[in-house]
Amino acid sequence: MKDLRHHFEAPLRTTAFHERIAAANVLNEWAPWAGYTTATVLEDAETEYTAIRNTASLYDLCPMIKYRITGSGAVDYLNRLTLRDVSRLPVDAVHYTAWCDDQGKLLDDGTLFRLGETEFLLCCQERHLPWLADSAIGFDVSIRDATDEIAGLSLQGPCTAAVLTEAGFDVSALKPFRIARYPFQGSTLTISRTGFTGDLGYELWIEPGLALPLWDRLMEAGSYCGIRTVGSTALNLARIEAGFITTNADFVPADQAVREDRVRSPYEMALDWMIDFGKGHFNGRRALLKERDTQSGEWAFVALDIEGNVAADHAILYDGRDREIGQVTSAAWSPVTKSSIALAHMRRPYDTKAKGGIWAEIYALRELHYVKLMMKAEIVARPFFAPPRRRATPPGRF
Amino acid sequence: MSYDAAIIGAGHNGLVAACYLARAGLKVVVVEKNDWIGGAAVSRELHPGFTYSNCSYVCSLFRPEIMRDLELPKYGLQVLPYEGGAVFTRDGGYLAIFRDHDANRREFARYSPRDAEAYDRYSRDIMRHCRFIRPLLMRTPPDPATFRPRDLAELAWLGRKVGEMSESQICDMIRFWTMSISDFLDEHFESPVIKAYLAVSAIIGTALGPMSPGSAYVLLHHYMGDVDGNVGAWGFARGGMGAITQALTASLRASGGEVRTGKGVEQVLVRNGRAVGLRLDGGEEIAAKRVLSNMDVKRTFLKHVDRDELPPDFTRRVERFKTRGSSGKLNIALDAAPHFPALPEGAPMLKGDLHFTDSVERMERAYDDWKAGRFSRDPFQDTMIPTMIDPTMAPPGKHFMSCFIQYAPPKIDGRDWTDADRDAFGQTVIDQIAEYSPGFKDRVLHAEIRTPRELEAEVGLTEGNIFQGELTFDQLLFNRPVPGYAQYKTPIRDLWLCGSSAHPGGGVMGAPGRNAAAEILRDTRAPTEMREAYAVV
Repeated sequence: MKDLRHHFEAPLRTTAFHERIAAANVLNEWAPWAGYTTATVLEDAETEYTAIRNTASLYDLCPMIKYRITGSGAVDYLNRLTLRDVSRLPVDAVHYTAWCDDQGKLLDDGTLFRLGETEFLLCCQERHLPWLADSAIGFDVSIRDATDEIAGLSLQGPCTAAVLTEAGFDVSALKPFRIARYPFQGSTLTISRTGFTGDLGYELWIEPGLALPLWDRLMEAGSYCGIRTVGSTALNLARIEAGFITTNADFVPADQAVREDRVRSPYEMALDWMIDFGKGHFNGRRALLKERDTQSGEWAFVALDIEGNVAADHAILYDGRDREIGQVTSAAWSPVTKSSIALAHMRRPYDTKAKGGIWAEIYALRELHYVKLMMKAEIVARPFFAPPRRRATPPGRF
Repeated sequence: MSYDAAIIGAGHNGLVAACYLARAGLKVVVVEKNDWIGGAAVSRELHPGFTYSNCSYVCSLFRPEIMRDLELPKYGLQVLPYEGGAVFTRDGGYLAIFRDHDANRREFARYSPRDAEAYDRYSRDIMRHCRFIRPLLMRTPPDPATFRPRDLAELAWLGRKVGEMSESQICDMIRFWTMSISDFLDEHFESPVIKAYLAVSAIIGTALGPMSPGSAYVLLHHYMGDVDGNVGAWGFARGGMGAITQALTASLRASGGEVRTGKGVEQVLVRNGRAVGLRLDGGEEIAAKRVLSNMDVKRTFLKHVDRDELPPDFTRRVERFKTRGSSGKLNIALDAAPHFPALPEGAPMLKGDLHFTDSVERMERAYDDWKAGRFSRDPFQDTMIPTMIDPTMAPPGKHFMSCFIQYAPPKIDGRDWTDADRDAFGQTVIDQIAEYSPGFKDRVLHAEIRTPRELEAEVGLTEGNIFQGELTFDQLLFNRPVPGYAQYKTPIRDLWLCGSSAHPGGGVMGAPGRNAAAEILRDTRAPTEMREAYAVV
């Protein structure tokens, strides 16, 4: 679009991979994601999910928000911004992190890519430019929205290392959360061993002009195992099984929450393992120290295994059958674990002391009527599914 | 013949109050001085084939509970949401407003990528303030000076609401109520154009500039309405704003109420400290057990009630109640749609509010003229072409344009407006539009120009103040209009205020009329069908 004024004629943009995805999307099912149109299901959600767990899947990551952060102060700045110690993140590595406002409430989580000594890419769900810019005061750092500059593609599934090798990219030595670069048609393909499925998988980053050739190369290389394009419905099921959270699905960012009681701290979202109090000051540190010392967090974030076979989407949780103690945020019948799983906010201390047991109130819509179910639930460990193949280096063939 | 209630003025609040009273079985008459119904929510045909929204021009604040209680949809009320909006810039560009969130973000990003991503947080802050204020609209403000159980209970309720907020939210709220919109916008945005667009709602109808403390609250007042649950959204009443008062009149008549037009009230009849009826122009008297005035507090007590019936302290406060007029209006019949070369072909921006002031600084300079007793040489406009959406208001292919203009002082250099002043004011506005729309002047078939003088003479708004009294914090809640008289009662028994001079203030909201009726019905213990305000979930 040359004349920027005409952007309103297509409020949802198409991604660099759209041409291929549109051709594959025989159901024509789309949903908006951060201003782009993205496929929810292309042919059949179960088949797509199965590709993630059985062979190889391609998922378009282009709409994910990406900020490029560079400058001599980048490490100090990111240490100030985020919860983890960025100085311990080696070049060509990635870590999963989160950041808070001054009250120690979560703004977002995301992956931080260290592409050089002073060059980073921060990938996340929501937009944060004002917060990132305000936090940068006093640091020699530059921050730019790079979302449109990089085409991202997620290749996930047990056969993905083999597919990449077949495509000419040897990833056998690439460990989880590491980055490698490969020449591709006169440019550079960046591959990170990261993903949102809890399975073996990689994320590929390329300049948008080479997105379609890359797509074609991978589809050809993966044809032997039935590589599939997948939509967000299949991916969401895989990510719940992996126990990953999604911003605005599992928590409301502190800068968006109209209702003050909806904001959550890292302690309340089970992200406190990220907090590095020893690294020096960071946004929200004082509030988080206080929360740690006074145990003032009101909520716990838990994984649930629920009786029966009906997904407990947005179920209200009870101690016994009448005291409300929480709320399911994400839920699914999990094909790979053969159980009804859920992620939930639970009011403390009921995460440890629900005397009447934890019950989920589920409304199953069956032929126009709700069937109301009260199902026993049990707190279990996350992830629900963690196959050894996700970490194996060198990775297996399947 | 005697009525249970006589209401002065067939504006929206007078009619709302009348409808509720009539539905409760009271015998009700509404007296209107003009030959037409509507007050400032009126649609008139002043040029053949064109319907104007002569005064108020857009709808958002009118409470949906009232629409439903009084069955206004059944009597023809339809509200059509805006589809866009734009502010034109002096360099030939524009900033547009879109309903689509992503389109809006990209549009903001043309001016500032940072501002584009700051808008959600801004909206959240405004929404938080709305959630606190909105439930107050449909409640009688507590009087903090009494120890009546009801006032204490209401104060306790208010206290609990404050108690639900965090300390920082309470601080933010108090800052917001008292700060200027310019300072507030500076905390969120950097682009002058974006700030200019957003600042308008904070000064419409108010004799404040965008840099005046207290203007931020006025923004909130314009933000807490909704169109079908879409909070902050605005729309057009199909057929013009008169459609609201027409529907109210039909609803009133269906429950047996009367409306009499063409004769105004000369005096509220008071006997032994009680209102007992009205004397109309020409001498006819109407006996009534109670009188409700939809006129503003100044007009009611300084012009139509014997002064010796009133406590002097009350009268002095009424005299000092701020009703400084600040705005004027142009209603224009256009032979064809205006052409704005800056806008891309087929753009939806014309289907909403159009502004021609691209910085907060320029608005403040326009306010400087008001302070000096002049109309603004470079005014700001909140201009609409309702016929872009509403097919009923002009012949096909032709358009009605409504231009709300600020600033226009109640007096020019301390003297009354003259016809020449009015015409010069109108010309300034048309010239401003023509700067952005070549050929505009040739398309003008007819224009109705209204300054505070016309607003006062025709609608009865003292000094032309469209809110029947400014919405500054010293004149809100239990201080509106006068401390001790914020519960729709007045020093004269059985004389009630039901217009926008009373809580919660101006705009085509209907809440003052509804709340006044609620107080009266509580007094009379008449069975009433009035729903509670919808919960803010």
